[in-house]
Amino acid sequence: MSDVDLRDEAPTGWFPVATEHDVIARVVFRGQLDGRELAVWRADDGFVNVWENRCLHRGVRLSIGCNDGNELVCRYHAWRYANRSAGCTYIPAHPADAPSRTITAQSYAAVERYGLIWTTTNGDEGSVPDIGTLSGPRLLLRSLPVNASPQTVREHLGSHRFLPAALLETGTAASADDAEVVADHGESWVTITADAAGESSTAVFFVQPVDPHRSMIRGVLADAPADEIPVLRHHAYELGRLVRKIEEAVEEPAERTPPRGFETPVILPANPWGHQRATLSMVVDRKAAVAADIALFELVPEDGSTPPTAQPGAHIDLHLRPGLVRQYSITNGPGETDRYRIAVKRDPHSRGGSAFLYEAIEEGDTIEVSPPHNGFPLRRNIPRTTLIAGGIGITPLIAMAQALDASGMTFDVHYFVAAPQQIAFRRRLATYTCEFHVGLTPAQTTDTLLDILGTPTPTRQVYACGPPPMLDALKAKARALNWPADAVHVEYFENTNEIATDSSFVIDLARSALTLEVPSGSTMLDVLRANDVPIVSSCELGACGSCAATVLGGDPLHQDVYLNDAERQGGQVVLTCVSRASGERLVLDL
Amino acid sequence: MPIATRETTDPVLDGWHPIAASGELSMGEQRRTRLLGEALDIEIDLLGNASVARATAPAEPLPTHDRYGYLWTCLGEPSIPLFEIPEVDEPGRRVLHAGTIGVHVSAPRAVENFLDMAHFPYVHTDILGVEPFTEVAEYDVHIDSINELWATDCVFWQPIAATTSTEGQMTDYEYRVPHPYCVILYKTSPIDDRKDVIALFCQPVDEERIEAHMFLCLLDASNSTAMIRDFQLTIFGQDKPILENQYPKRLPLDPRAETPIRADKVAISYRRWLSDQGVTYAVIPA
Ligand SMILES: [Fe+2]
Repeated sequence: MSDVDLRDEAPTGWFPVATEHDVIARVVFRGQLDGRELAVWRADDGFVNVWENRCLHRGVRLSIGCNDGNELVCRYHAWRYANRSAGCTYIPAHPADAPSRTITAQSYAAVERYGLIWTTTNGDEGSVPDIGTLSGPRLLLRSLPVNASPQTVREHLGSHRFLPAALLETGTAASADDAEVVADHGESWVTITADAAGESSTAVFFVQPVDPHRSMIRGVLADAPADEIPVLRHHAYELGRLVRKIEEAVEEPAERTPPRGFETPVILPANPWGHQRATLSMVVDRKAAVAADIALFELVPEDGSTPPTAQPGAHIDLHLRPGLVRQYSITNGPGETDRYRIAVKRDPHSRGGSAFLYEAIEEGDTIEVSPPHNGFPLRRNIPRTTLIAGGIGITPLIAMAQALDASGMTFDVHYFVAAPQQIAFRRRLATYTCEFHVGLTPAQTTDTLLDILGTPTPTRQVYACGPPPMLDALKAKARALNWPADAVHVEYFENTNEIATDSSFVIDLARSALTLEVPSGSTMLDVLRANDVPIVSSCELGACGSCAATVLGGDPLHQDVYLNDAERQGGQVVLTCVSRASGERLVLDL
Repeated sequence: MPIATRETTDPVLDGWHPIAASGELSMGEQRRTRLLGEALDIEIDLLGNASVARATAPAEPLPTHDRYGYLWTCLGEPSIPLFEIPEVDEPGRRVLHAGTIGVHVSAPRAVENFLDMAHFPYVHTDILGVEPFTEVAEYDVHIDSINELWATDCVFWQPIAATTSTEGQMTDYEYRVPHPYCVILYKTSPIDDRKDVIALFCQPVDEERIEAHMFLCLLDASNSTAMIRDFQLTIFGQDKPILENQYPKRLPLDPRAETPIRADKVAISYRRWLSDQGVTYAVIPA
């Protein structure tokens, strides 16, 4: 049977793919719906994820991976995918790089109801069947697989019999065949009411289409018997008899085919965010004071969606008013993916952004937010990390501390503040190795930084964020102590762009007759997108070749791994996602 | 579909492929195996000479080659010579067959796994890698004058690089792909300036199944053959479940497929190299 035939018969709607007992903590369950394999896992915050069961990297089943409570980690190369958003947060082979936003696993909507996990792989249309009978007490019966099509199973369920729960609890000589049953066929389920000896029970049997030739019967009893065991045993037995009967009636057991979709490789769609400048409307769900002059804002998407994935160190741009854009680090820990948490300090010297946010924005207000960007990615390949915060510079570091803690890595925190009431995240920090340095003079601060740094070792790295004088002092001391530059990472929270040291250059687009400037910190791809020049991209890491452009003039500075030596030396093609101009200008055939 | 019945210019048809470890064949033995979707019969006469034939009626004899401890054959015109491994003739080396393992995966998938360092800390934990030393440093890839693919200047931190290891070390790797389904690794020896040679010769049973033959040419003079074999079988045994959970089983050659990253430089080149040679068997052409 061809794939097209399967699609024609493909059931639409919501179906159960697992029971609540299948998705216990730290487990990844392998489900299947309509021939498609699913990785089903519950994060520690209770959210149930239903994803396509393949890693985006080399196509290995995610269901053999590890659920660490916050993220699903692929078994092969330990790519980490976030709870809820399914975005990749870390690629261990490249600890210094923040994964591209395009690297997001295919996820499906999931709903828990009647003790079952429901999903739909045909878009979000429709909803989980609303079965009034099951609104009260209920008992989840044992699910049973059947080698028969969903249609066949539903037909046979019409003649299924069982005894009312009340009889089973007290013990009875009656058999299921003595029950009078009434079957009511729904779209993909059958409701059966059984009467015997003046007692009555109703059960609903949902039929999960595993593939065109296999199904799973998932029964729920509309009752909560005090003694469940005899009731469960009876239903398991009677359902087992029904399954045997169905399988005997099926002429020939169908051959097992590979899961649908597994015959073609994973290919990421082009950048789902389109223009880099697209923003998301987010609502202030909560605003709370967390320290003197520091307010925590929790932002959730206005449309109820899951916000784009952020890694530790990432920031978002808040578009507060026309012409007033400010960047704030995301303080979320791993797995906290339903909202962005940012901390804002009221700064009397601020250019208006933080003061405006702190004073004028209240719960319920809407703000336009650019998706996260990570210019301060956290390496996790160094055994020990020291996090050094100055004042509100704690914000990216608190996200890093939570990520390191969740991975069981060794780290310590040093937090410099002018006064004790300015310490934020105090409760969380109390569970870490953290030292507070309160009210130090600039000279004392420098001495303390010197002590914290100590002699460099290859097994230790430093991440620091705070006011520029403090970071300048830290960098100077680190140099004096012979720390390698790539072991000391700083972010100037007042202007994250200051650390971008890449070149700036001009691209002439021959066919579009456009001249565009590529500023430091931006890629050619960013600039082309922002100017509506059509260009496809996929990995955005210089590895897949999708975003190649023909070079008509100028010398490219290649930074990709896709082009071979001859192409590189020929200088006639360039990957716009990572490469730059070695001179001041490139002419592209675009 | 067997490759030989296809209308094809695939070089795989005219290449030599391993079908058995010679040392495991005994005089007078008759054995059936499969190659490229076809059944073959191997027969060893009483003088120890091997003959190979298609298991058809009448049987169709095939050319054979006994090299590196394996019996090789070819289903097409044997116009492509078998690659050279000069190290086998060097003094002070032990040439060993570590074992043969059947894996439900295509040959190029197994080769690509063999070329991959990034999985060491996760799949070969505490042997070929350990967290947090997960970074794959930039390395070089080139194609030499005889169209063999090389990855050079590869380095990775390894707790137990070989049976002769006494402590962790930064291990230097060089990979060589001389054949679409065979790959050779040259690896720092903990005890010699020369390199250990470890190779994977895949017998493509069909497009989605292999017999993986593991060849060793080591500088280890002290450890027992059983121990060395154990080490290699342990490593490969750790890869097998990963490979068997990888889909599609054939290797996709579309350069956009499967989210390549910089660490996959040699895999990216390998896929292009297969494409450029016109390999169609056990791959999904771009
Ligand atoms: Fe491996």
